[in-house]
Amino acid sequence: MAQPCRLPAGGRIDRAKPLRLRFNGRDIEAYAGDSVAAALLANGVRLVGRSFKYHRPRGILSHGSDEPNALLQVDRGPGRIDPNNRATVVEAADGIAVSSQNHWPSLEHDLGAVNDLLSPVLPAGFYYKTFMWPQSFWQRVYEPKIRAAAGLGVAPHEADADRYVHRHAHCAVLVVGGGPAGLAAALAASDDGARVILADEQPEFGGTLLHDLHATIDGAPAGDWRAQALATLAARANVTLLPRTTAFGYYNHNHIALVERVGDHRARQDDRRPRERLWQVRARQVVLATGAHERPLVFADNDRPGIMLAESVRVFINRYAVAPGRRIVFATSGASAYAAAADAKAAGLDVTLVDIRAEAECGPGPAMLRARGIDVLPAHTIVGSTGRKAVTGLIVAPVDANGIVGPRRTLACDGVGMSGGWTPAVHLFSQSRGKLRYDDAIDAFVPGTPAQAERSAGAARGIYDLAACLADGWAAGGGAARDFAATPSPTGFRPVRALPTDADAKRVKAFVDFQNDVTAKDIALAVREGFESVEHVKRYTTTGMATDQGKTSNMAALGLVAEILDRPVPQVGTTTFRPPYTPVTFGTIVGSARGALFDPIRVAPLHDWAAAHGARFENVGLWRRAWHFPRPGEDMHAAVRRECRAVRESVGIFDASTLGKIEVVGRDAAEFLHRIYINAWLKLEPGRCRYGVMLKEDGFIFDDGVVARMAPDRFHVTTTTGGAARVLAHMEDYLQTEWPDLEVFLTSVSEQWAVIALQGPRARDVLAPLVEGIDLAAASFPHMAVRTGTICGVPTRLFRVSFTGELGYEINVPADYARAVWEALWARGQEFGITPYGTEAMHVLRAERGFIIVGQETDGTVTPDDVGLGGMIARAKADFVGKRSLARPDMLKPDRKQLVGLLADAPDLVLEEGAQIVADPHQPIPMTMLGHVTSSYWSDACGRAIALALVSGGRARMGQTLHVTTPTGFAPARVAAPVFFDPKGERVHG
Amino acid sequence: MLLVTCPHCGARPEIEFRYGGEAHIARPADPSALDDRQWAEFLYFRSNPKGVYAERWNHAHGCGRWFNALRDTASDAFLATYPAGQQRPDLGGGR
Amino acid sequence: MRHFSLRTLLTEAANAHQGWARQWRAPEPKPAYDAIIVGGGGHGLATAYYMAQEHGMRNIAVLEKGWIGGGNTGRNTTIIRSNYLYDESAAIYDHAVKLWEGLSQALNYNVMYSARGVLMLAHNQHDVQSFKRHVYANRLNGVDNEWLTPEQAKAFCPPLNISPDIRYPVLGGALQRRGGVARHDAVAWGYARGADALGVDIIQNCEVTGIVRGSDGAVTGVETTKGPIRTPRIGVVAAGHTSVIMAMAGVRMPLESFPLQALVSEPVKPVFPCVLMSNAVHAYISQSDKGELVIGAGTDQYVSYSQQGGLHITTHTLDAICELFPQFSRLRLLRNWGGIVDVTPDRSPIIGRTPVPGLFVNCGWGTGGFKATPGSGHVFAWTVAKGEPHPINAPFTLDRFRTGRLIDEAAAAAVAH
Repeated sequence: MAQPCRLPAGGRIDRAKPLRLRFNGRDIEAYAGDSVAAALLANGVRLVGRSFKYHRPRGILSHGSDEPNALLQVDRGPGRIDPNNRATVVEAADGIAVSSQNHWPSLEHDLGAVNDLLSPVLPAGFYYKTFMWPQSFWQRVYEPKIRAAAGLGVAPHEADADRYVHRHAHCAVLVVGGGPAGLAAALAASDDGARVILADEQPEFGGTLLHDLHATIDGAPAGDWRAQALATLAARANVTLLPRTTAFGYYNHNHIALVERVGDHRARQDDRRPRERLWQVRARQVVLATGAHERPLVFADNDRPGIMLAESVRVFINRYAVAPGRRIVFATSGASAYAAAADAKAAGLDVTLVDIRAEAECGPGPAMLRARGIDVLPAHTIVGSTGRKAVTGLIVAPVDANGIVGPRRTLACDGVGMSGGWTPAVHLFSQSRGKLRYDDAIDAFVPGTPAQAERSAGAARGIYDLAACLADGWAAGGGAARDFAATPSPTGFRPVRALPTDADAKRVKAFVDFQNDVTAKDIALAVREGFESVEHVKRYTTTGMATDQGKTSNMAALGLVAEILDRPVPQVGTTTFRPPYTPVTFGTIVGSARGALFDPIRVAPLHDWAAAHGARFENVGLWRRAWHFPRPGEDMHAAVRRECRAVRESVGIFDASTLGKIEVVGRDAAEFLHRIYINAWLKLEPGRCRYGVMLKEDGFIFDDGVVARMAPDRFHVTTTTGGAARVLAHMEDYLQTEWPDLEVFLTSVSEQWAVIALQGPRARDVLAPLVEGIDLAAASFPHMAVRTGTICGVPTRLFRVSFTGELGYEINVPADYARAVWEALWARGQEFGITPYGTEAMHVLRAERGFIIVGQETDGTVTPDDVGLGGMIARAKADFVGKRSLARPDMLKPDRKQLVGLLADAPDLVLEEGAQIVADPHQPIPMTMLGHVTSSYWSDACGRAIALALVSGGRARMGQTLHVTTPTGFAPARVAAPVFFDPKGERVHG
Repeated sequence: MLLVTCPHCGARPEIEFRYGGEAHIARPADPSALDDRQWAEFLYFRSNPKGVYAERWNHAHGCGRWFNALRDTASDAFLATYPAGQQRPDLGGGR
Repeated sequence: MRHFSLRTLLTEAANAHQGWARQWRAPEPKPAYDAIIVGGGGHGLATAYYMAQEHGMRNIAVLEKGWIGGGNTGRNTTIIRSNYLYDESAAIYDHAVKLWEGLSQALNYNVMYSARGVLMLAHNQHDVQSFKRHVYANRLNGVDNEWLTPEQAKAFCPPLNISPDIRYPVLGGALQRRGGVARHDAVAWGYARGADALGVDIIQNCEVTGIVRGSDGAVTGVETTKGPIRTPRIGVVAAGHTSVIMAMAGVRMPLESFPLQALVSEPVKPVFPCVLMSNAVHAYISQSDKGELVIGAGTDQYVSYSQQGGLHITTHTLDAICELFPQFSRLRLLRNWGGIVDVTPDRSPIIGRTPVPGLFVNCGWGTGGFKATPGSGHVFAWTVAKGEPHPINAPFTLDRFRTGRLIDEAAAAAVAH
């Protein structure tokens, strides 16, 4: 029979919309509006999973996001499979396949259940006490077995097929939770047009009003009040309603993160909607109306499938029209279960209620139920349950005021609803760093003083009565004080820890944390062993550490510790709640930041030309730069050799646009640079360039580059590719905070100027016909000079500079014209065999000349003198950034690592960059290392391999043979000057 | 993510800003007059209190200006922000 | 101390585990001790353990303001490795790894040290050069580290995406096979139990509120929330709160305290066999024995003692994880938390004497202190007991910031330029 446990009428499901899903290969019929848990229960499925440690059969405990047991894998098709979904949260959707986890070979017959028999040797923390012998076995034998046994579901193996999006919003009031308090808060807050966002994790707003069928508010049925409230809110343009949206993180300064489930509840074959949407809301005021969680009762075998929370039984009956059983026993220590029992009876179920409290404590509940024909057993404790894969009975016994337990009897049943009272959901409040306060009257922590602009309302702060919740929510939303009239809610409970029992409590399993299989005796053991802080108890027993983060178990664990230690609960402390409130999909947090959007890719203006001409690219920071331009059949080595030869022999062209460029302008521009760089700037003439090095205040090289003086009050500064942003920030910092008296303006022009490096003996020949207004003759436009004019009719700042050691120009043109100028140079250069070269050839060419690259020869621990640039320091300068640090004792030591050349004895051996250097390769380990290879290339110009290295006391070691690590051993190499080609630097003047 | 109030632009999310460490540590007018210990104090040593801290922020992705803030490092609450060059505000009450 | 073994576990199983005693006592502080360790994290407890075990100092106490192991010890991602570049760093971290290897047996407490291998990915030419520099330096220092091609990296860590088409392709990696993880809480508890058995008083919920100094400037005791305690020697091992404690003795430190975040996923069956780190994309990941993916995020940019950072930091980390492992996109974030790390200018620790006689400090471990726990405690115990540094921590002085002799691991591993 289809849906044998579906009630014939009622519920909020849409019986006109049947759907079908699969559970462990079996067809499950359901209706729109069902959760998967409701669908399973409607079809009589009780056993839905196995517990983490003991593999005990487990069913559905709750109806919401606090569910610890019913964790399923959900399969929505390829790339849409994921584990550990709470059946109570996943909405039933047509065609999805769900399956149980953590068992072998099957849910019904799970060999892992042997752990349940072994449980006497598997108490809390057993693994800290064993698996230590022999030493090597932990990693080889024990740990792999433990790992295989642990874990819940199986991680996906395919890339996620879904997409996720982000949304940012501001509002005056964010209301979290759309139950009675939250609805009232949203109504009050939005009344005057203020922007309000109301979010609730459920598919429908209303909270308890969705299943409380008999309450009235202001004289009308509560359901009507709810509908009216929602209609009012929906009609207000200033209100955003976010159902299926969980606020999971409360961060600094009222920054709230929420996840909206957009896609999973739809059948989505052709749907372009995202699966989930991350909202990040900055709210002026936050109202937390997050409700409360019901506590299970702690008694032996309280985990059998069919044993649920009492309110959840009520929800399944009233909201989903599902009978969780036909004979239901409610077991309670408080009043709220009486309403559940009455509703179950009204649905035609056979109901009994057992209350731990004496009749006199129970108020009007027993009489109300008895009037409905329900058997009520006050002053009874629960000592166990029967059944295996489903509960078949609840074992109860009378208990007197002294805790003396009388004779047992078994109440046959196929469903249990238990209630140990309520715990306000203070998670977000705690995340906001508000201090919690213990309220003895309701045995719970409630929000104390807020730390941010936040108000808690309703059950989230321990107010359980409907009328009071409404008034409290209304006030939290900023409404003027008003009263609501509503049916009184039965509240109040007696806090109980482990229920009194006649059994040996040391030997029964009374579960506190269902998912992690933590029992009351585990808690007792932890305390016995000295773990008294509740954080220690958590960590030692793992209670509260499961995927439900202890929503149903924390208070029981805390209460047990307090009881054992005989201390008030607040002295044991409460745990700090951390985000997220419920687990959040990684992909939701990532959003669209995948692939090319993970990090932006920066490309220079000539990128497309390079790509079209066969360039291979490398990542340099965010940049994608042309690495080399292999011709068909060429490997990288051959391409780089050819590119280098072209520059040395004729002319090469290179996209240097990634260089950072900063325009430094103002009366004091020269003085400013004078203070920032190690070298002198005051006397540099307009039209001239100078290579500059700058330090951080600690004396280590920070950046370098050529600076041109365009006018007395105007400099064109270049930085390294990676240094552009941080050099500007560094300059701004000093300018604004240390020398605000200087009149200088800094502007980044990195994106405005494209830079085409034209290098080689024929560079002038290629350039000359295209330039107007600049005399290119060597005498009038020498090396390290800059001119302005036009090229191809485009304005240019033409630098005569060289990073290759050849005659060369760096042609700055407005970025939009770069391609046209490049193409013109390219066409003009054909007769000279003009050759595009990439970053690798650039590296080789500069290394041949011994030019450093900041970040390759330097690493943040290198001074100018270390790389042979000590002579650049303007001795006459009283001060510059970093100067004082260069006078520290360690900076003056002769054994500092200094830049040298290194020539392997085998001329064709290209040493590895990063290779270490020693004097004696036969010394014992640990060896004394002298330094490392910073750059190493094959050099066609030198006819051999060359390398640069930082070597301790290197300049005093010229001619020495040192030994360099290789993948196969040491290679001898001779220390040489760090210039390998054109040592006098004559070619640049050609 | 913090909400930082730039004295020039108003409240903006933290990702627009770059942090600059402790404020009111002026660069010595004549560093060469400092001995190594004093120079190290300037370079590296910081008060790093748990409580009110005067610190530097730069509205890097906004107006670009450096300014100072008083923030409680225990709660992350900002108590004041003020332009660079101004004296640390006296909040009174011994905070 | 009751010996832990399968045998005692079975004996107790028959006894419903009623016979287990406290793992450490809960003593009230004595009026005076020969030495006091401020801070009951892994480093402080290890210090006390080795002071008692190797230096015969039994009349000592560890003062912890909360519960032991509740600071960074219980908040980190438990990565253990020693493949640091500089000789000084390699020496201290490898000293720790050697102690890790036999720690469960030495303490008779299973700290679950698991040498699963730490694989550090290279994503650009700069990484390649930097990692090879590390590999060669480590090998000459006797520290295992090896270079892997992308294919070898994939073989070692099968979930890895080595497609050349991703944003930052994997160009190779450096693998330290002796690196791995351990169970962080057990390290604190194991040292506490061991120290307690040797007579060390571990006093929880006892916050130090002042450091008392005599007329000669030397320390004479501490003020605490449980009253004054006299002692001639104080070892401060307070991680993120070092500046606060040292300020009580009038000592300014070259430290800044930042929030450092970490997170775990919901537990899943074994899917990730090693520890993987990527500096270029800022992420590190392993899988705990319980099945959670343990993922490290970065620090927030501002000084804070709040143990809470911004969501954007976590977001950036998960971006990186899902870029490297797109199949993990549907896993779910279970817990996200923060610790307070004290960071020195050169990212290396300070372990040794201070300008105040009798006051010693062990701090500045930044984002990576857990891995050093046994080695740090071992050499600091020597330092406090003998009044002078062990040869391994001798370079990690406070004075190096005056001389400029920094041990700058961060600069050496700088990101691409």
